[in-house]
Amino acid sequence: MNVVVAKTETGRALSDVFAVARGRLPGTSQVADRRRQAFEAYERLGLPHRRIEDWKYTDLRVLMREVQPLPAAPDAAALKRAAAALKLHAIAGVRRVVLVDGVFAPKLSDTADLGKNISIRTLREVLEAGDAALQAQLFAPDNSDAMVALNSAMMTDGIVIEVADGAVITLPLHIVHIASGAAPAAMFTRSLIRVGKAAGVTLVESYIGAEGAKAYQVHDSLIVSIGDGARLDHVRLIEDGREAFNISSAVVTLGAHAHFNTFGMNTGSLVSRYQATIACAGEGSRVETNGVNLLNGRQHADSMLLLDHAVPNCASREIFRAVVDDRAHSVFQGRIIVRPNAQKTDAKMMTRALLLSDEAEADNKPELEIFADDVTCGHGATTGALDQSLLFYLRARGLSEKEAQALLIQAFVGEAIESIANDALRELAISAAQRWLEARG
Amino acid sequence: MPLLEVKDLQVRVEEREILHHLSLTVNQGEVHAIMGPNGSGKSTLSHVIAGKPGYEVTGGEVLFRGEDLLAMSPDERAAKGVFLAFQYPVEIPGVATMTFLRTALNAQRKARGESEYSTPDFLKKVREVAKSLSIPQDMLRRGVNVGFSGGEKKRNEILQMALFEPSLCILDEMDSGLDIDALRVAADGVNALRSPDRAIVVITHYQRLLNYIVPDFVHVMSKGRVVKSGGKELALELEASGYAQFEDAA
Repeated sequence: MNVVVAKTETGRALSDVFAVARGRLPGTSQVADRRRQAFEAYERLGLPHRRIEDWKYTDLRVLMREVQPLPAAPDAAALKRAAAALKLHAIAGVRRVVLVDGVFAPKLSDTADLGKNISIRTLREVLEAGDAALQAQLFAPDNSDAMVALNSAMMTDGIVIEVADGAVITLPLHIVHIASGAAPAAMFTRSLIRVGKAAGVTLVESYIGAEGAKAYQVHDSLIVSIGDGARLDHVRLIEDGREAFNISSAVVTLGAHAHFNTFGMNTGSLVSRYQATIACAGEGSRVETNGVNLLNGRQHADSMLLLDHAVPNCASREIFRAVVDDRAHSVFQGRIIVRPNAQKTDAKMMTRALLLSDEAEADNKPELEIFADDVTCGHGATTGALDQSLLFYLRARGLSEKEAQALLIQAFVGEAIESIANDALRELAISAAQRWLEARG
Repeated sequence: MPLLEVKDLQVRVEEREILHHLSLTVNQGEVHAIMGPNGSGKSTLSHVIAGKPGYEVTGGEVLFRGEDLLAMSPDERAAKGVFLAFQYPVEIPGVATMTFLRTALNAQRKARGESEYSTPDFLKKVREVAKSLSIPQDMLRRGVNVGFSGGEKKRNEILQMALFEPSLCILDEMDSGLDIDALRVAADGVNALRSPDRAIVVITHYQRLLNYIVPDFVHVMSKGRVVKSGGKELALELEASGYAQFEDAA
């Protein structure tokens, strides 16, 4: 029987975008084949909607009314606007790599004097001339999720980082995604970081829009492999423009005794979705994943984390905090899978939401799928308003209502922010939270 | 002009009248004790003066230096110099005591149009006061009242009183849950703050506290009104004869 998938306007428009773009998307003929397969998978699935369990709270058929064309290569004016935006979000003491409108911008990036322990290339280079194994790894995410498949089909550029075995890179790497705002556009990027055995590195990803950048769409993905005994510290800051879409995914694999510490904070974009699949594939590996959503207006942010304990003796900790004001909507979906032989797994997940208005909404969906019998697994989820007795105490000590709320909100998100190991990056997250609080007035 | 004038105050909570036509005048430099059995409305009075939500004032007024206190928000009252030491100070996890103290002090100073304290001046001041109240430094780094004992929580209230230098201090059941040593430390802290330009109102169930903080005036509350006022000897009289005589008078 043939099943005809009813396509939405947006779905049809995307097919047209791919048809037009496929000829100029980078890659060998093998890459082109993989793109075609991915796009076919996407076409079969169509835009995700609420009847697909993983997308239950984020119906893209309703939210993503129009799809934008691929952007033109950034011209001098676009790069100038991007440089101005970069100034506002620059972090000291990092090695910066910049993507403007989804394309590597060498003039804004610092890839000099890399040394022999780290290699940084563009996705374009690797798709056109990289070795087959690396190309295969770039297409590793399967096509079962429509938006991941779409990203596989359309990815235009990105950053491919390889850290040599045993190398400890002290200078954090900072990938900055900037929408220049030249015209509304959909950017498709994919980056990869391969951390060699016993190596260590910190990766920061920021998403920002230049002044005037409005309803743009970011479609990004990150592929991570952390070698045996290696450590990756990872920070994601979404500060996109308030009309932007950010649809991102990450696929992370940890080797034996590897350590992954990740923190994400979302204060920007109109609609955002982040889905991370983290697999403990080597014994003794450890994952800390922490997230904060600070939302107001009509923002919608959906985080979906899947922790896959595939082998014994691994530990994972998830802390998620959402602060939701006005008519905003925050979603946290956390799933922990403990496979049959993953004995002695120690997995904990705690999600808490703070609602600042009657119309704010937070959905927490913790799921545990445990197939082993000797494990410690726990989860907790709470949703509530600010404690009136705490607010009164602070106001009786002279804090205005806003000041008292701000102090309690900072304390509420503090537990998640404190998980960031690097002092400068922790300060960065704190100041992003403060900017959000100050903007509340 | 009196510092605090409560005139004919009527207060309801959820349709039930808790304070009936209560009047009380407190002048600068005076120490008043308000005594009474449980449920007589002592804590309600302190909450209404501090501006706690949930109370409906149906009549009367509260003037602070002649200004309508009830029209002010709780933070405005604090900046004007009203301080309530809570019977049950709340725990605020994630807010370091030091951060809280500095934020509160500077918020009050800003509201009064005064300059904010510099960090070294502030630290010096906090350390001095903390030392006099036997508050260890590590307590100041912890979350506000988190993991504090009952005595530590009360000392933390007095620390704030000393830092903010309010002109009216209301101590709500400061002695509850304190052993005799903790009580003495807390009372010494309060006595150190007695001054001609500051008034202190001590709310207590027991006479015991008044051995340490000796009041100029004692008021007995029963069923939502002041039924008797007198000097410090009134407290001793109560200790001997109990509150029963006043229950009928009310």
